[in-house]
Amino acid sequence: MDIVATVRAFFAAQPPVLLIGLAGVVALLSVAGAIATALTALRPGQDYRELRQRIASWWVMVALLAGALLLGWQATVVVFALISFMALREFLSLAPIRKEDRPAILAAYLALTAAYGFIAADRYMFYLVFIPVWTFLGLPFLMAMLGQTRGFLTTAATFHWGLVTCVYNLGFAAFLMRTPNTDTLPAGAAGLVFFLLLVTEFNDVAQYVFGKLLGRHKIAPTVSPNKTWEGFLGGWLATGLLIWFAGPVFTPLAGHGLLVVAMALPVAGFAGDVTMSAVKRDIGVKDTSHAIPGHGGVLDRADSLTFTAPLYFHLLALFALDKF
Amino acid sequence: MGWLRFLLLVLVARPLALFLTGADVTGRERLPLKGPAIVAANHSSHVDTLLLLAIFPSRAVSRVRPVAAADYFLRDPVIGWFSRHVIGIVPVARLKASSGEDVLAPARAALAAGDIVVVFPEGTRGDGDELGQLKGGVARLAEAFPEAPVTPVWIQGAGRVLPKGEAIPAPLNCAVLVGEPLIWTGDRPTFMARLRESLLALKDEAPPLRWS
Repeated sequence: MDIVATVRAFFAAQPPVLLIGLAGVVALLSVAGAIATALTALRPGQDYRELRQRIASWWVMVALLAGALLLGWQATVVVFALISFMALREFLSLAPIRKEDRPAILAAYLALTAAYGFIAADRYMFYLVFIPVWTFLGLPFLMAMLGQTRGFLTTAATFHWGLVTCVYNLGFAAFLMRTPNTDTLPAGAAGLVFFLLLVTEFNDVAQYVFGKLLGRHKIAPTVSPNKTWEGFLGGWLATGLLIWFAGPVFTPLAGHGLLVVAMALPVAGFAGDVTMSAVKRDIGVKDTSHAIPGHGGVLDRADSLTFTAPLYFHLLALFALDKF
Repeated sequence: MGWLRFLLLVLVARPLALFLTGADVTGRERLPLKGPAIVAANHSSHVDTLLLLAIFPSRAVSRVRPVAAADYFLRDPVIGWFSRHVIGIVPVARLKASSGEDVLAPARAALAAGDIVVVFPEGTRGDGDELGQLKGGVARLAEAFPEAPVTPVWIQGAGRVLPKGEAIPAPLNCAVLVGEPLIWTGDRPTFMARLRESLLALKDEAPPLRWS
């Protein structure tokens, strides 16, 4: 019965609040699954396959991320490195790239490896400047040495945009795992990441649901025809309240800091969604891939996170964390 | 030997294909699961072969055998051994095609043994943008085995991952589109036209390739 004892010890060592939070997510998903099953039974004429597929994919994503968070920073860094890799691969596959840029593509993946290496090595200052300064300069220099000047500026900008959103911004979520426990964390470093993922995805779902229920007035019809003021404001209010009430449970945020995060994070999530929509529209695709059944690509699912992760990280650093 | 090939395909080829290309398959249920069957795909990279070996379900993968140029894949003993026993190639002496020798004999033998034979009718790796001229060997195989379905497959983007002449693959998403199997039509020209049509129709459904 060593296994039982080991498992029990593993969960006993976790912050209780984090386990309760994860149990809450599992409960939410179970309710969603039950509703989907009920809908299928009640309205046999309607096709709820995609809804069920979406929920099934949520289970997989939650299991993967929850497992990583419980296992600790090493596993979380590996999982986020994989998410960044898949997002960057999607982005570089869709963006207009010139045939001569193959070495630059390889260099972009090397930059990803180095960036996550800095997270693993806990070198915050290196991480902070590596992509925005050094790859920003280095990749265009490499491209110049490759000798193709046609479309140079556009391609250089494309590479940088991909690296900043898919690698640098998502990496901040992983870097939160390196927060030491001396920073008075109610649910450990994993609680910080859990809360970021929870509110970002809750915001996505809330904006979608409010938009479906009440949506009348389009915000950006040329970019994302499904986005409405009603959906945005409903999601903003619901997510803001969630952050206001649940923020102190999982994070050291309180008072002013908590208020700023509650006000700003839903807006950032919306901004990420709309901005990636503009990119996809420019490229001419609806989804970035079929990697996640029912959701589209990794980038489709992580678009809002590419905006909320750096904002959340830096607001935490400003208001609550001593380390960063 | 069979179990080693199976393990390498499942434990190495599959993860590698997933890492390099994302292996995004549409119409996977149309792939043949037992032979004799022919799969005809466009060709722009060695990654095509890797992908086609990686997307079949485990119960069929041992039966999948890519037709490959003997002059290229059997050029030295080590690569030759690997090509025969791991990739499982059916060698075609394409340089002797004009000398009157029956170069399709090994492919017919594989079909007769109940294998799923993968052919690249273009006969060589193209640039990945356009479908090249199709060679008639696939029609002769279909004629010899009229009961074997010919499944068209369009692979989008493999030429970017590893173009001809490059050594290092760059991970980029590829789309694999599997079409409805064709049945032997009774004469070669209409069959070849049908195959070309199917491949181009699949190409139209593939996500755009933005490279120049």
